[in-house]
Amino acid sequence: MAVLTYRDALTQALREELQRDDRVFLMGEEVAQYNGAYKVSKGLLDEFGPMRIVDTPITELGFAGVGVGAAMVGLRPIVEFMTWNFALLALDEVVNAAAKMLYMSGGQYKMPMVFRGPNGAALQLAAQHSQAWESWLAHIPGLKVLTPGTPADAKGLLKSAIRDDNPVVFLEGEMLYNTKGEVPEEDYLTPIGVAELKRQGDHCSLITHGKMVLVAMRVADDLAKEGINIDVVDLRTVRPIDVEAISKSVQKTNRAVVLEEGWEICGMGSQVVDFIQRECFDDLDAPVLRVHQEEVPMPYAKNLERAAKPDAGKTVAAIKKVMYLD
Amino acid sequence: MSTETKRAAPKAAAKEKGKASNNGADAKHDDFHGTTPELRRELLHSMLVQRRFEEKCAEAYALGKIGGFCHLYIGQEAISTGVMSMIRPDDYIITAYRDHGQALARGISPRAIMAELFGREAGCSHGKGGSMHLFDANTNFLGGHGIVGGHVPIAAGVGFAIKYRRGNQVCVCFFGEAAVNIGAFHEALNLASLWNLPVIFIIENNRYGMGTAISRSTANEDVVVRAQGYRMDGESVDGQDVFAVRDCIERAVERARKEKRPTLIEMRTYRFMGHSMSDAVSGTYRSKEELEENMKRDPILVLHNRMYEAGELTEGEMHKMDDEAKAIAQDAWDFADASPEPPLDQLYTDVYSDTTS
Repeated sequence: MAVLTYRDALTQALREELQRDDRVFLMGEEVAQYNGAYKVSKGLLDEFGPMRIVDTPITELGFAGVGVGAAMVGLRPIVEFMTWNFALLALDEVVNAAAKMLYMSGGQYKMPMVFRGPNGAALQLAAQHSQAWESWLAHIPGLKVLTPGTPADAKGLLKSAIRDDNPVVFLEGEMLYNTKGEVPEEDYLTPIGVAELKRQGDHCSLITHGKMVLVAMRVADDLAKEGINIDVVDLRTVRPIDVEAISKSVQKTNRAVVLEEGWEICGMGSQVVDFIQRECFDDLDAPVLRVHQEEVPMPYAKNLERAAKPDAGKTVAAIKKVMYLD
Repeated sequence: MSTETKRAAPKAAAKEKGKASNNGADAKHDDFHGTTPELRRELLHSMLVQRRFEEKCAEAYALGKIGGFCHLYIGQEAISTGVMSMIRPDDYIITAYRDHGQALARGISPRAIMAELFGREAGCSHGKGGSMHLFDANTNFLGGHGIVGGHVPIAAGVGFAIKYRRGNQVCVCFFGEAAVNIGAFHEALNLASLWNLPVIFIIENNRYGMGTAISRSTANEDVVVRAQGYRMDGESVDGQDVFAVRDCIERAVERARKEKRPTLIEMRTYRFMGHSMSDAVSGTYRSKEELEENMKRDPILVLHNRMYEAGELTEGEMHKMDDEAKAIAQDAWDFADASPEPPLDQLYTDVYSDTTS
């Protein structure tokens, strides 16, 4: 298998799907001439031309709506938000238009489109540029919400998203773009709604998604040195969510920690814990704990930012607590 | 399907207009702007059907047969009728929540529309949309949308798709004058002009955003000047005169098809009813006198009087036409009333499509 960066895996997915279907086009700020703010669309303008790789003004609500309109009449837009923080300006088109069109038209208008871009915090970007939106978006029936944490999943899930006839929210990570991993050489799709057990162990289940998968893998490595072996359940998709994979793991380990990048209240972890109490009530040997961002807007100062973020140390502590080891 | 009967749209309309003069320059010499008597009857019929249909809507709302929000179009029918008579079946329409008139004028079956308002399975959105969300893929009717201004960028997207495919259709987008203060309107106009998209943006200026008069909401009441800010052609016309509407749309359609350029049009009109069925017709926000003054320019009367004065429509014929419109509205009611509600197993259908490309 080839080793690729998360960024290059995404670019490959875009290129392959643009080649496969001429209804697919990419639009967003700086995606064409500039090669993408994060270079995910590098080289695509040269290959596909300005009608299919479309630079937009800074007008998120406008171009998200353009994507919705184009999808309604049969194109397959990929709308890139430079970051999901800016997508808040466009949420009416994502939530009120794209997510509901099929339903409120009684099944007449499909929305084959992808809204994608980096989600969550990077480094010292402060409060307005450091937020993880998946629990907001996963709340909406009609949307699918994908959160790949590895290059292989990034490629396979983006290809699935582009081929899906529903509006798909595709959450990448600025801090993930340079990470590397093995990516299959052959044409493949990663199924939407299927979690992956990325590490196996009997002592505890660590359930996570997106950027936190990397943290979870580090935690698994660290704990293994102490003789603690954990399951790392990478949800990969938070809507639809793979409840079976969660319960299967928890039924085996009898303990769980849920790790996410976003805030505590109404976070993805709240939902996962709800599934666990429903499906695994009699299996639990300890209350389920959650690790998440502290309940503050993201501060700028390095030390404060570090303290605000979920990390390996907080996760290890939570796992030891549910194992009654601390 | 039984709901496909009794169409209200003037079918021959688009073809007939070819003879009309440009810019209404010789309008004085030809009060009928080159239309044939047959077409004029179709236009009058289309407006009458909308009027009688919506009067039945008001009745049904009062009886609780229609629920939720129900925004009537009464007073604005010359716009829907005029516009639809000038575009092709393969063109696209998208509109806001005051959408019954456009849906009828486009040719969606009155039965399917009324069934939708009644929340029935036979409705044009299968009972899942209601009054504000009428959709019909057969006539490229891209909905009734409920968030003021939210659908204006969607219209630009339809225009983008037309351009992408090198088609020569147009997308017509209707919204009220209150939407011109929404950011989505401005973003859409900028993109449509920047990218040369074949979209016709129609401001139906009925002078009130719910209960707020345009003078209280909009710094420059001359809303069409906003086109200039986006290097777009703009035009303001009498929306109570179906011929003025048609002439203006003819120019905009030509511009869209040949020059691939968008147009912003202000149709000056007046809302004869309250904002929705749950709102007062007049009172704190506008006087009864103002309402009555404006009702003198009822678009149906305007057309009727001209045809009557020209001696081409007798009172008897008018009554007959009106009776036909009432019968269509009653038939729609009867059909809707007898139609079953959506089965409960449709609660979870169409949340997601299970298809992929």
